[in-house]
Amino acid sequence: MKSVIKGAGYILVHTPDMVLHNGTTQTTERIVNPDGEYLKELPSHIRSFDQALSYWPNQVYIGNKTPDDLAAVEQPWYDKTCDVNDRYGKFGQIMPQEEFLLLMQACDVFDLVKLDKDFVAANKPALAANPIMDESILARIGEGIDGAEVARLVNEEHSEGLYHNGTLVGCVNRAHDIDVNLSAHVMHENIVSKASSVMALLSAVQNAGISKDEVEYVIDCCEEACGDMNQRGGGNFAKAAAEIAGLNNATGSDARGFCAGPSHAMIEAAALVESGAYKTVIVTAGGCTAKLGMNGKDHVKKGLPILEDMVGGFAVVVTQNDGVNPEINLEILGRHTVGTGSAPQAVIGSLVTDPLERAGLKVTDIDKFSPEMQNPDITKPAGAGDVPQANYKMIAALAVKRGDIAKADLAKFTTEHGLTGWAPTQGHIPSGVPYIGFAREDLLAGKISRAMIIGKGSLFLGRMTNLFDGVSFVIQKNSGETQAAGVSEEEVKGMIAKAMKEFAATLLAQAE
Amino acid sequence: MGILAGKKVIIIGDRDGIPGEAIKACAESAGAEVVFSSTECFV
Amino acid sequence: MDLENQKRVKEFAEQYGPENVVVLLGAAEGEASGLAAETVTNGDPTYAGPLTGVQLGLKVYHVCEPEIKAEFDEAVYDEQVSMMEMVLDVDDIVSEMTSIREQYCKY
Repeated sequence: MKSVIKGAGYILVHTPDMVLHNGTTQTTERIVNPDGEYLKELPSHIRSFDQALSYWPNQVYIGNKTPDDLAAVEQPWYDKTCDVNDRYGKFGQIMPQEEFLLLMQACDVFDLVKLDKDFVAANKPALAANPIMDESILARIGEGIDGAEVARLVNEEHSEGLYHNGTLVGCVNRAHDIDVNLSAHVMHENIVSKASSVMALLSAVQNAGISKDEVEYVIDCCEEACGDMNQRGGGNFAKAAAEIAGLNNATGSDARGFCAGPSHAMIEAAALVESGAYKTVIVTAGGCTAKLGMNGKDHVKKGLPILEDMVGGFAVVVTQNDGVNPEINLEILGRHTVGTGSAPQAVIGSLVTDPLERAGLKVTDIDKFSPEMQNPDITKPAGAGDVPQANYKMIAALAVKRGDIAKADLAKFTTEHGLTGWAPTQGHIPSGVPYIGFAREDLLAGKISRAMIIGKGSLFLGRMTNLFDGVSFVIQKNSGETQAAGVSEEEVKGMIAKAMKEFAATLLAQAE
Repeated sequence: MGILAGKKVIIIGDRDGIPGEAIKACAESAGAEVVFSSTECFV
Repeated sequence: MDLENQKRVKEFAEQYGPENVVVLLGAAEGEASGLAAETVTNGDPTYAGPLTGVQLGLKVYHVCEPEIKAEFDEAVYDEQVSMMEMVLDVDDIVSEMTSIREQYCKY
């Protein structure tokens, strides 16, 4: 039986100080051009938490607004205020930096994250009030240390500073004096990823209405690597986050594939459940500090706020078929192969039209495509264009070539079968998966019957291959059959017993 | 005289535009020698 | 433009002589094409990379520009790039590229 999508969690963390201190655009600039205009201008372009809350794309990400609502708002969006500014949404939440710093400390099991004790005292009640937090996580938060000691660690011990409103409020210590893979910088990046993954896991479990003990396997698909100098990418973010989230019956592993990671992981999760290996699998990923403010130079130059100030996270719960929730159809899988090449038409062909053709479907048989859902408010001023829109144009162009649609309907196709991008440019976070939460609802409501999730990855950035990558899969309306609707074990036993009796009777009759 | 024939070509492709490898195939078809091909990513 | 790529462009221009080098771009927009073209002709406009203040004046084209497209094998271009002409704003790219070449190209 096909696996189903039982629920999903989507979370954001507003991290303005990490933009300044941890985003690679800024850390690079501090090395090559420390006295340049950009670093001087940057602080005045940072958004407040309230501004981040009332930013349209953020409210879509956590589910308070829909992609359709967003499409109706004229671009650009950075200068418009969303009429909803709730920090909690039906898919998850937007966490402020101060609470997240405490959560980072709770997620650190090696005593590396140190917080100023006054900062802890001032902010612990807020984290305790967060509905996804429980006693086991809150109990992990220590009292903190003297501010002077934090400053000493940063100045003398190579610790990575943790800042809030420009003030040093804590640090992440290095986990080893020599091993660069356990440096304070790497530990900071990995703990942020882990803590945001924990948030996503907790939200997803809550939204799916399952108990934590039902989860048997977790797949992490972020783009970080954890390990020491003898096994740089040893892993396992999945199990580390599952431990803090209290998923005591789960083990897990990490799947990597740059931005295509989440789609690979979803297919693997569906295969594990459909095969019967595990009954409940969660695909999860935390966010990425390195990409904060990635296109900041363009944003500042054009007088925009720094829009890449959000760490993202998501988690999707995949379970055995319950006869209700949308199914993952593993019979319609797209894959960019070693031989596909990097021509854009070959890439889209391998991910979209080839699998549909194998399944005897037309491009128009897919109601909604979810390729790379980057927020165009961020990418357009940076010269990368409207990424989802470019994907839809490519899909439409191939549909015309196949005769699935008329050339005159090209624009109509992109509107009807496409979505407006809303996800932060956190690499793997916008890649295909942001729509899964909405797709589940649209499929349950009967608004659509099929959605295709497409993940693409730039493998060449790792300098191991010049290849591109990508995979795609289809989510469809539940056919109505349930795992339980088949023949039960008791019934099978009964049937076998009956057959044996009949066989014995025949033998006896023959003997007589 | 063409622009590309006999020249050393450097390619700066874009993940969301035309990737380096696709441009490389074109440049080589014009008789150029590709000395470097890269693909940038802004997302 | 990526700092490492700037370094490579600079090295190749020195190694082969700037008059023998042509840069081909695949950027997604006119403005981004113009900035990359400016980087390899007049220097890095963002003052970050090795080409800051270095006026190489290299010959530079976007792969979708008509004069460069004319030199490619038609079948190869059709297979590798043609579909993107429906996606990109080619006119905008051509106008940005032409403007940069007119101002800064030395060869």
